[in-house]
Amino acid sequence: MASLTELANPTRFMRYSAVLLPWFAGAALVLLALGFYLAWFVAPADYQQGETIRIMFVHVPAAWLALMFYTMMAVSALGTLVWRHPLADVAQKAAAPIGAAFSLICLITGAFWGKPMWGTYWVWDARLTSVLVLFLIYLGIIALWRTLDEPSRAGRAVAILTLVGFVNVPIIKFSVDWWNTLHQPASVFRMGGPTIDASMLQPLLILAVGFTLLALALHLVAMRAEIMRRRVRTLTIFEAERLDRLAAQGAAA
Amino acid sequence: MRRAFFAILRRDLALATRAGGGGELALVFFLTLVVLVPFALGPDLNLLSRIGPAILWLGALLATLIGLDRLFQGDEEDGSLDLIRASVLPLELAVLAKGLAHWLTTGLPLALCAPLLGLLVALPAEAMLPVAATLLAGTPALSFIGATGAALTASLKRGGLIVPVLVAPLTVPVLIFGVSASNSALGGTIPFLTPFLILCALSLAAIVIGTIAAAAALRQAD
Repeated sequence: MASLTELANPTRFMRYSAVLLPWFAGAALVLLALGFYLAWFVAPADYQQGETIRIMFVHVPAAWLALMFYTMMAVSALGTLVWRHPLADVAQKAAAPIGAAFSLICLITGAFWGKPMWGTYWVWDARLTSVLVLFLIYLGIIALWRTLDEPSRAGRAVAILTLVGFVNVPIIKFSVDWWNTLHQPASVFRMGGPTIDASMLQPLLILAVGFTLLALALHLVAMRAEIMRRRVRTLTIFEAERLDRLAAQGAAA
Repeated sequence: MRRAFFAILRRDLALATRAGGGGELALVFFLTLVVLVPFALGPDLNLLSRIGPAILWLGALLATLIGLDRLFQGDEEDGSLDLIRASVLPLELAVLAKGLAHWLTTGLPLALCAPLLGLLVALPAEAMLPVAATLLAGTPALSFIGATGAALTASLKRGGLIVPVLVAPLTVPVLIFGVSASNSALGGTIPFLTPFLILCALSLAAIVIGTIAAAAALRQAD
């Protein structure tokens, strides 16, 4: 908690993040390169799903990150509303497009896997539908950011929406499960096969960590950009006020 | 405090009935949507009666969501929202009164008209009452989830589609249980009461969460 309070100073955050960023990006690069090498050339093709199993190495980390970033946004939302942490809404704003991108990646890779395996790009399976609704919630949050002009006010409004969404996500998941079992047996599409083999688990874990570091690096970049954007905005307002004053003095003189 | 609560309720009901553009427009919109569906699907009565509950629920959902952006915007523009904020009445109760008024002028008429519109989509007679009951139990959830969205965008000059975009994903559970309760009345393996009780629970939870969140949003916009 103490370190979080320390980071409340944007200048200090900029300094720390400038140091951390290359390490995150570098580690992500190394792990992703290693993970993709293992996934493409070392991991065997699945005896049932063939080469399409390699899609899973992107699909699963994307799904996990889509959920992780929403959780992070909910925590940031608490930070905005309860502790009034000045960087919380910056973190929240920077996280939304990244989370949306990962849920989209999850959906698209899922579709590419589904075509050869299920014979269709899309089925209204419970899990697919939940991720799609999560994606829509992300889009709503981004839309609200874009419609409200003043950053701190937009931050608080989005924080409330994020928390309401966070309460709703488990309810949506539960109801979609109910709806799905009502319509079609989900078991058809379950990979009820063997538990995952070590030769596949290892690259999956490496890639999961790699993608997480990549996402965190992107998040840091986005946060830094947002802080800069707000500084520019403040400076522009100051400058406009100064010119306004000068003009008023000129008119009086 | 009770007087202030009822004053807001009475004022909103009077505005909705006299100023126009409120509840009755939602009803007309509901009717239009239900009429449009057969043009898209074809006049096959068997198909229409099978998906009748879904059509009615979708129509009611859209009719509720479309008009929601005005729920707080008018009050924000003419300054009455500032008076409400400054009054002794807790903002939560004020939001509750406004949400209740919205439901009384939108959700309640929609639910009462649903059996009539059910005739248009050849809804079987035994499904009329359950569909109306599910709409009666489910529309409060729509009004109050929507109130949160409306409160978040109260100060916007160009609201429009943003409220439905924000709110629609959150209404997925209501839609699922509303339609499945209506369908279970038409036959099927699950008893009517199971999804119906969950629908009631969703409504009650939405009234609490929606009221608190909308009040928080209105406070932040200050």
